[in-house]
Amino acid sequence: MKEIINLPVHSIEEEEYHINMGPQHPSTHGVLRLVVTLQGETVKKVQPHCGYIHRGIEKMCEKDTYQQIIHLTDRMDYLSAHINNHAVCLLVEGALEVEVPERVKYIRTIIDELNRIASHQLWWCSFGMDLGGLTCFFYGLRDREHILDIFEESFGSRLLHSYYTPGGLMQDIHPNFQKRTKDFIKYFRKKIKDYDKLLSGNVIFENRSQGIGVMSKEDAINYGVSGPSGRASGWSCDIRKKYPYGVYDKAEFNEILRTDGDTYGRYMVRMDEMRESMKIIEQLIDNIPEGDYTAKMKPIIKLPAGEYYQRVESARGELGIYCISDGNKTPVRMKFRTPSFVNLGVLDKLSRDMKIADLVAIGASLDLVIPDIDR
Amino acid sequence: MAFNIYDFTSFNQSIDKALYEWLPPFWAMIVEMTIIGLVFLLAYAVVGLLLVYAERKVCAFMQNRVGPNRVGPYGIFQTIADFIKLLMKELVYIKDSDKLLFNIAPFIVIIASFMAIAAIPFAKGLHAIDFDIGIMYVVAVSSLGVVGILLAGWSSNNKYSLIGAMRSGAQIISYELSVGLSLLTIVVLAGTMQFSQVVELQSSGWFIFKGHIPAVIAFIVFLIASTAETNRGPFDLAEAESELTAGFHTEYSGIKFAFFFLAEYMNMFIVASIAATVFLGGWMPFHISGLEGFNHVMDFIPPLIWYIGKTAFIIWLMMLFKWTFPRLRIDQLLNLEWKYLLPINLVNILIMAFIVLMGWHF
Amino acid sequence: MNSIYTYFADIFHGLKSLLIGMSVTGRYFFSPGQIVTQQYPENRKTLKMFDRFKGDLIMPHDANNQHRCTGCGICETNCPNGSIEVISDRIELPDGKKKRIIDKHIYHLGMCTFCSLCVKTCPSDALAWDQTFEHAVFDRSKLTKILNKPGSSIIKDIE
Ligand code: SF4
Ligand code: SF4
Repeated sequence: MKEIINLPVHSIEEEEYHINMGPQHPSTHGVLRLVVTLQGETVKKVQPHCGYIHRGIEKMCEKDTYQQIIHLTDRMDYLSAHINNHAVCLLVEGALEVEVPERVKYIRTIIDELNRIASHQLWWCSFGMDLGGLTCFFYGLRDREHILDIFEESFGSRLLHSYYTPGGLMQDIHPNFQKRTKDFIKYFRKKIKDYDKLLSGNVIFENRSQGIGVMSKEDAINYGVSGPSGRASGWSCDIRKKYPYGVYDKAEFNEILRTDGDTYGRYMVRMDEMRESMKIIEQLIDNIPEGDYTAKMKPIIKLPAGEYYQRVESARGELGIYCISDGNKTPVRMKFRTPSFVNLGVLDKLSRDMKIADLVAIGASLDLVIPDIDR
Repeated sequence: MAFNIYDFTSFNQSIDKALYEWLPPFWAMIVEMTIIGLVFLLAYAVVGLLLVYAERKVCAFMQNRVGPNRVGPYGIFQTIADFIKLLMKELVYIKDSDKLLFNIAPFIVIIASFMAIAAIPFAKGLHAIDFDIGIMYVVAVSSLGVVGILLAGWSSNNKYSLIGAMRSGAQIISYELSVGLSLLTIVVLAGTMQFSQVVELQSSGWFIFKGHIPAVIAFIVFLIASTAETNRGPFDLAEAESELTAGFHTEYSGIKFAFFFLAEYMNMFIVASIAATVFLGGWMPFHISGLEGFNHVMDFIPPLIWYIGKTAFIIWLMMLFKWTFPRLRIDQLLNLEWKYLLPINLVNILIMAFIVLMGWHF
Repeated sequence: MNSIYTYFADIFHGLKSLLIGMSVTGRYFFSPGQIVTQQYPENRKTLKMFDRFKGDLIMPHDANNQHRCTGCGICETNCPNGSIEVISDRIELPDGKKKRIIDKHIYHLGMCTFCSLCVKTCPSDALAWDQTFEHAVFDRSKLTKILNKPGSSIIKDIE
């Protein structure tokens, strides 16, 4: 039996050629491989090839208990590890209808926002580096260090924390936590001005980013580009506002929306989000109520049979977790809707007919985290 | 043999005379050339290594780091260690590359920068050749390097290299104009192209002060254009590491890569020297006409120190550019040249000519 | 006329923004007090990790070489990647009852993801985190550790 498999072959026009950006390339921040069709310096087509860091996290979840799943989600979007953990915790708590103590909600919200700032800082410095401003990289990392220190003091690790458990937290926050956080905010409010001076107002940066990779609101919705990238196109998609979890409904903050939808817009949304996050933390940090740091949970968690979906706003967009349980202690199926994977889809559309340097800028402005794409 | 750190003329002449008395003229000339060649080769290596070290330290301080600090006190031997490492590295041969051109390219780049040094006056009487068209010679020679870069990119059989080389070609050819024109502005003011005379003429005040605003504009334009010509950030499009991995020298390894690396730093040194010589008076001390006492104090500092200080300042400025600004895009780069620098430059020359005509300069 | 005005306004705006940028890096260049680099191997003496830092799993022993582990194996079942192996023995007590005691508590540091589930779920609080962090070894087998010290026994009143 002879079967002809019709693979879609991308026809290559005259004077076009391919280059492989990645899996080892300085601007893909990991092992993403982009097959770029170029004509001269103009990008004609971008084909992302994923899977170089696929670890089968979704499959591994099927053999793990719900407590154990948490440490796996750390490793998806390692820059917003806490927020990923939060999603699993919310899913389990929602399914079991557990009421977690107020204190836990406050602490989780504050830590999520700290994590968001840390993630945006790293995004900022790698964005600067992709555009060629290497100094940005060190300033961003220098300031991120302060947040990592806060994390390390309270939870013992700097990147992959596994700090949340279904029903609460691993342990109570460190007594220094509040003071350190307040110090950090004071410090960072000063330093973020440097960020603006170095990059936001710079004429070279403005030229490199304004009008580059314009995404319309329709495109954002059609491609499902959520998070700061979607909000830069005017799509109001902030889960923290739309479906509040934690104590986001108690804090006052704005959903940053812009309408330009270009690289500059995505940049500015993230910069403003860092300020909003600081605002949220400032409102909550002094009002953490006393109480237990965890709710009473059974040692073996079994979700009632059924399907569950939980979403949170991670630093990159909407993180959704879809879970099917048959009543056992492990899920039958876990599916993660990771923001980076969905946002990657729009890269080709945005970078067509742009220059190769713009492709790098657009890729950086979408803030892709490769393990989040491949899981 | 009188050695005088304020004036090397007699020192050089005495060596010259001794050689000619001792040897037949032909051999004397050969020996002289060899000596000069060796001295320059040595200086080239030392300055190159120092600059690499300086760049790493400067950028480290700008980034809240300490930079190299392990090899030797304050890491001063770091670049030497790196150099030894590069010497020991394997020279990778690329399949389907054009062997001859691939091997020749680094030498062309390094020779081009080597030739340009010859005309630079380091102190009074301390230069290899004093052409009467010195400025033109330097401009002509320093742009030869682009041939090497183009060859390197073309022969590597790598698309990244090719893109980098093409970018570099477009870039250097455009910015050569601005470099030339901004130097021409000063030539109009000085009335000569000979480096020694250009420096002598600045004994009453550096050209950047003498020439009013046009000289300042020419200086800024020269700084921008020469940064672009040396392929340094924010104009390092030819090697743009976040786009093209390493651009034209992606495929080079070991000592050949070191050649490109060294040539980049030497080119920076050369353009800084030219800027210092033409705009800031070269080795000429800072003089304010009328203040005799002050001028004497300034004269007390040896010219070589003046020269090195000014060059170092300009190199520092160029490093500041590189470590502050994001990179331009290729079309913006060309826009900057053709839409801004070139017209400004042309108008600037006209104004300068007018000023000189009316005798408004100091 | 308007286009000429914008032409020059662009130039001045651009130059100004560039100067602002240079002032930031220039300022840091001249303030070496702000350097954040830590000289790692030299500052080993003064470098102190936070108390909660998760460096290495240990089983604290008291002065009599006694620990708190009963050998129940709960940590083993809770570990998501099998970094813990509990090998327990059954001994006969004088009164004829059988009792389970720990023989070897094997911990594979190389496989551990520092999720802290073992420490949290251990019913007798036998495990804790140590603050060491220099884990690099030349041989992977060195990362496998036996946590209960040789000759150690369980503290009396723990069941
Ligand atoms: S360490 Fe704790 S959980 Fe593990 S076997 Fe010992 S007592 Fe049980
Ligand atoms: S910390 Fe987690 S991975 Fe490590 S031994 Fe304990 S349970 Fe296993």
